[in-house]
Amino acid sequence: MARKVKLSRGVAVVGGGLTKLGLFKDRNCKDFFAEAFVEMVGSIDKGFDPKDIDAVYIGNYSNDFFVNQSHWGPIISDLLGHVPKPVTRTEAACASSALAFREGVLAIASGLYDIILVGGFEQMSKRTTEEVAEGLAMASSPYEVAAGFTFPGVFGTMATAYFAKYDADREALFNVTIKSHNNAPLNPKAQFPMSIRDFMSVRIERSRKKGEPLPEWKDEKEFLRDPVANPPVAWPMHLFDCCPISDGASCILLVSEEIAKNFTDDPIYLAGMGQGSGYSLHAKKDLTTYEATRAAAKEAYEMAGLTPKDIQFSEVHDCFSIAEIVHIEDLGFFKPGEGHKAVAEGLTRLDGPIPINTSGGLKTKGHPVGATGIAQLYEVWVQLRGKAGKRQVPNQDLRIGAAQNLGGTGGTSTFIILERR
Amino acid sequence: MNQKPFSDTSYEQSLNEGKIMGSKCKKCGALALPPRQICVSCFGSEMEWVQFKGIGKLTAFTSIVVAPPYMAKEGFGRDNPYTVGVVELDEGVKVVSRIVGVDSKKPEQIKVGTPLKAEFIKKEEGAEIKTILVFKP
Repeated sequence: MARKVKLSRGVAVVGGGLTKLGLFKDRNCKDFFAEAFVEMVGSIDKGFDPKDIDAVYIGNYSNDFFVNQSHWGPIISDLLGHVPKPVTRTEAACASSALAFREGVLAIASGLYDIILVGGFEQMSKRTTEEVAEGLAMASSPYEVAAGFTFPGVFGTMATAYFAKYDADREALFNVTIKSHNNAPLNPKAQFPMSIRDFMSVRIERSRKKGEPLPEWKDEKEFLRDPVANPPVAWPMHLFDCCPISDGASCILLVSEEIAKNFTDDPIYLAGMGQGSGYSLHAKKDLTTYEATRAAAKEAYEMAGLTPKDIQFSEVHDCFSIAEIVHIEDLGFFKPGEGHKAVAEGLTRLDGPIPINTSGGLKTKGHPVGATGIAQLYEVWVQLRGKAGKRQVPNQDLRIGAAQNLGGTGGTSTFIILERR
Repeated sequence: MNQKPFSDTSYEQSLNEGKIMGSKCKKCGALALPPRQICVSCFGSEMEWVQFKGIGKLTAFTSIVVAPPYMAKEGFGRDNPYTVGVVELDEGVKVVSRIVGVDSKKPEQIKVGTPLKAEFIKKEEGAEIKTILVFKP
């Protein structure tokens, strides 16, 4: 029997909240989630009573490891006054909250619930950088860990395969980093709201204060080529190819389509969504693509009745710079091998034909892993509502945006398309 | 006939004996390394053991400067990076492995496509001696 490609019932996003992202050792995930939730409640144009939430789905990767606390469902239920109604935690590494979103949508589409809160959170600041790296490596395959791979190492490995296949080099990565950092200062919630030029100025100022000779870089690329300014992590990944360690929380209110206008005159509707799984490195047929992302995209496009050309802007999972290049190809925005050229030509800039990561991406906005999937969808929702301020996509007829979220080193991927009708 | 289960444990034991052992699906002939209990090509579950020669080429790699704690313990890190990669064996399957005998401090000079040969390295892990599969040019 052919699988259904449409949901039985439509779903709309009517509110959203996202904390400022960064490192906040003196706060915890309850504090973060409360901050995101309060913003979300305030964002619902016609008001909303939190006691009407039927069920909650929350994504969290590994607070079990990061803060030695698991079973976060009831903690959040208690925080929100939601007890004794159900709350479910989803885990898919860095795609944990995209799964919460998807499960929430399916729960409404099934007819069981009408109003669902979905969210995600992570606190990574209580561990050392080395411990965080170890915690993240738990989400790669056991074979990779045994061989000595790190997270940046797996993405670096994919980059060398991409470079060899498509005759590219680190310059391709620089273009992604510079583009994302140009969007960052426009996002007040970004962990690093700074352009690469801003980083260069900070370095020069630091040397001036220390009385050291002032570093000189001709342009951003020369700065990124400088091994002191941009030290190696796992070839060809350098510091500025890698997203930071972050804390934060995100949430979105989902309601069934037929009641959406009770909450706002401007709901944003789910057009399509998909989820895929992927092999670990050694079992992949092609190291320059994510089969999980391709599967997720195919499912989402079919559900939406749309093609890649219809997507006007997208958040994509840029945990490492190479991932953004591979993803914009896997999602069909550009042909295989053409992604790096598109970035070089400026096609993915905020003022380009298909802006990618208007939020600044994980690289600059921050990546509290469990919060990321819904943080990306929050950006799409804000953009479609025309409320993105200085980083608003300059398109008078902005109707369709999307977000792609990757779990681990490619083991899970989701693609979710939202539309304004 | 080898009656060992087609598991990660059996694979590791074969490395201790200096052999790279994988599985071959009796139904469709698909090879897998490490061995699989269920064939991902045809879903068959009848397997036989096959020994790989350990000759192949580098398809992708990275040289790691920021080492995880278990590699840092072996002395790897900023001043002593190490290389890991994906090796495609002559038989057509790939393995992830440490790559030795290359200059990890100059990763820009390491070439995808470099021919490689397997080597077995003994490593102490607590009271146990484990064999690690590595590849070198």
